[in-house]
Amino acid sequence: MVVGNAESMKSDLLSSLSIRWIKLKTKQQEVLIRVSILCLVYILAFISRLFSVLRYESMIHEFDPYFNYRTTLFLTQKGFYEFWNWFDSESWYPLGRIIGGTLYPGLMVTAALLYWSLRFLRFAVHIREVCVLTAPFFASNTTLVAYFFGKEIWDSGAGLVAAALIAICPGYISRSVAGSYDNEGVAIFALLLTFYLFVRAVNTGSLAWALASAFGYFYMVSAWGGYVFIINLIPLYVLVLLLTGRYSMRLYVAYNSMYVLGMLLAMQIRFVGFQHVQSGEHMAAMGVFFLMQVFYLLDWVKHLLSDTKLFQAFLRVTVTCAVGVGVIALGVGTASGYISPWTGRFYSLLDPTYAKDHIPIIASVSEHQPTAWSSFMFDFHILLFLFPAGLYFCFKRLSDATIFIVMYGLTSMYFAGVMVRLILVATPAVCLISAIAVSATIKNLTYLLRTKRKVSQTGSTEGINGAKASSKALLDRSQPFQKNSAIALLFGAFYLLSKYATHCNWVTSEAYSSPSIVLAARGAHGDRVIFDDYREAYFWLRQNTPQDAKVMSWWDYGYQITAMGNRTVIVDNNTWNNTHIATVGRAMSSYEDEAYEIMRSLDVDYVLVVFGGVTGYSSDDINKFLWMVRIGGGVFPVIKEPHYLVNGEYRVDKGASPKMLNCLMYKLSYYRFGELMTEYGKPPGYDRARGVEIGNKDVKLEYLEEAFTTSNWIVRIYKVKPPNNRW
Amino acid sequence: MVRSTGNDAQALFHALRSAYAATPTNLKIIDLFVGFAVCTALIQVAYMAIVGSFPFNSFLSGVLSCIGTAVLAVCLRIQVNKENKEFKDLAPERAFADFVLCNLVLHLVIMNFLG
Repeated sequence: MVVGNAESMKSDLLSSLSIRWIKLKTKQQEVLIRVSILCLVYILAFISRLFSVLRYESMIHEFDPYFNYRTTLFLTQKGFYEFWNWFDSESWYPLGRIIGGTLYPGLMVTAALLYWSLRFLRFAVHIREVCVLTAPFFASNTTLVAYFFGKEIWDSGAGLVAAALIAICPGYISRSVAGSYDNEGVAIFALLLTFYLFVRAVNTGSLAWALASAFGYFYMVSAWGGYVFIINLIPLYVLVLLLTGRYSMRLYVAYNSMYVLGMLLAMQIRFVGFQHVQSGEHMAAMGVFFLMQVFYLLDWVKHLLSDTKLFQAFLRVTVTCAVGVGVIALGVGTASGYISPWTGRFYSLLDPTYAKDHIPIIASVSEHQPTAWSSFMFDFHILLFLFPAGLYFCFKRLSDATIFIVMYGLTSMYFAGVMVRLILVATPAVCLISAIAVSATIKNLTYLLRTKRKVSQTGSTEGINGAKASSKALLDRSQPFQKNSAIALLFGAFYLLSKYATHCNWVTSEAYSSPSIVLAARGAHGDRVIFDDYREAYFWLRQNTPQDAKVMSWWDYGYQITAMGNRTVIVDNNTWNNTHIATVGRAMSSYEDEAYEIMRSLDVDYVLVVFGGVTGYSSDDINKFLWMVRIGGGVFPVIKEPHYLVNGEYRVDKGASPKMLNCLMYKLSYYRFGELMTEYGKPPGYDRARGVEIGNKDVKLEYLEEAFTTSNWIVRIYKVKPPNNRW
Repeated sequence: MVRSTGNDAQALFHALRSAYAATPTNLKIIDLFVGFAVCTALIQVAYMAIVGSFPFNSFLSGVLSCIGTAVLAVCLRIQVNKENKEFKDLAPERAFADFVLCNLVLHLVIMNFLG
């Protein structure tokens, strides 16, 4: 926001006011200003994330947060050990899911701790409120970490600007508004904290800071799978320092103790387990660990030996041995299958086209798509231009810390380009680097203005400072525009930053504060229309179906059905078993009689589809249908994508392929839709989401019957009939 | 060829030994400790190679305990070494306190992990 600017102006003002005050007083004033700015930023970060609560209500958003909410509820009700050993039979029917061993417990434990401590302090809050406000709370904490990080890599001014920038940066707000109760909410805090503590450890060479950074890493591992980024970035950073000849004892202390302790701590999380010594993604860190030992040994021997020729011989032998042992270990480990190869997710990060060819289930998620330029602009705004400027300043004043932030910025920017959701990881780095640019620029400009004033006030009688100032003043006299241009540039910076603030505000309130489970649209008269169909449907399920009913739907809605409907689902957003999802995909894309066989074998009682044809809601199952076909076809080759397309085109109107018009998904979505007038002046059965008149208006269901359709037709639930008892 | 390599190795060994003799005693003690820890780790790895790594967490905690101790001791050695100018400001007491703290955490976690 403009806080950075305001801060410099304020301190400018104050210095002129407090010119008669004693030196200590000025320092105190500065501390006071800094602390109050930080407090304001802390509050700002929290309240700007509350739009969603004001617009809608205090509720959990989207898909994954519902699972987190359900597990947190379980944790607070049953206690930690029950949670840790929880086998959930309500999802992935009939397989079930070992929840305690397949999730990152950090978020749930954090929320439960917050809840328990509030309870202890006699605040009678509901666990939902705690969950809703966890992400904003941690976003506020992130601003504090950003301040200290900025202070560590540049100065306290840059830290303040960084805190202010990150407090309202849309790239971060998108994942941390109130109600978006997801792992990323706490993970970004943990990520930045780990990096800050590590940089601090490198700068001081202290074991205590390294230990703290290992704990930060532990928290990160417990919270989010993105910890792989840390465990690869830090070794890469160490490697770069080694190659550029910046190896130091401090680096040795920081990296090795952090790695050993961090690895050991991370192994305590069951979902991560032995991966640090077994999976290919973590081998870089281990390799660098051993490399550091070799490097240290060489350094030590070099220090002991005075004879360079002897050292050369020793160097040759050691390097040959080390490389040989390393290559053999890696080769044997990989060949014997001890070191698991890189996972598909990792490959898809390095090669953006990988997922599209090999793992349709990753490619099908919209937040895994490559990022468009517009969304960079949307999420970063002026930071996008300030980022290169900040890089320039970093390179100008190269130190261990600035090298780290540069590497963090560049790598995470690459990943942000590969996947939309990873903009989130890049946001702290972009904010920090931009803050350096803003702070350094404003500092230079105000320095120009202030030295001039000093010259006019005190003359050149102040020793070295005065001499400097007078030389500046001489320079200024030769360039009379300098002062004016400095003022103009300051106003420009002020303008840009205020634009950033308004942009962030607008984006937060318009784009990122919708819970996506309650939909809002503008009515014909400009009034707001709320579609609360999802919750309507889930509560219908909860109240009108037998306790043990199994619901089949596409995996997107699995978490919500179990959390809100309290019913067993076949597949959910965990997506751990591709075959199971493919089976559901196959059922959805088969003819009704074939689908009935599959549903009988899966013991399905109800089928739930999401349909936007009446309201014009575009992310419904018909638009996702091709992914069901692809994922189903990936396992069951009887499903072929071309059968659902006409000349490579996906359509649902009269020209659609016969298979498309008669598959289960089409029938369930458009059942009785042919009778409905959706829009004035259009024929009945006009699909508003796709803007066409549907091709099969006379849908007859033989094996299923309609059980419930919500008021705006967004969710439709069908009951699977029991088998006929006569032919 | 073999002979010259052997000579080289011998010369290297002698040079190292004479240079090492000048090391202060406290550093020598730390070195001994590091050597002991590394040897213990190697013995455990050898044992694992013979017997198998079945309770893998136990094996890992054993080895990591040794490696961790060794690494932390090396860090301590770096910090208390008077010749390292980077750590001029760090008091040996502070360095030792850090070392103890890290070891405490390390071994508490290992106790949890031992199974």
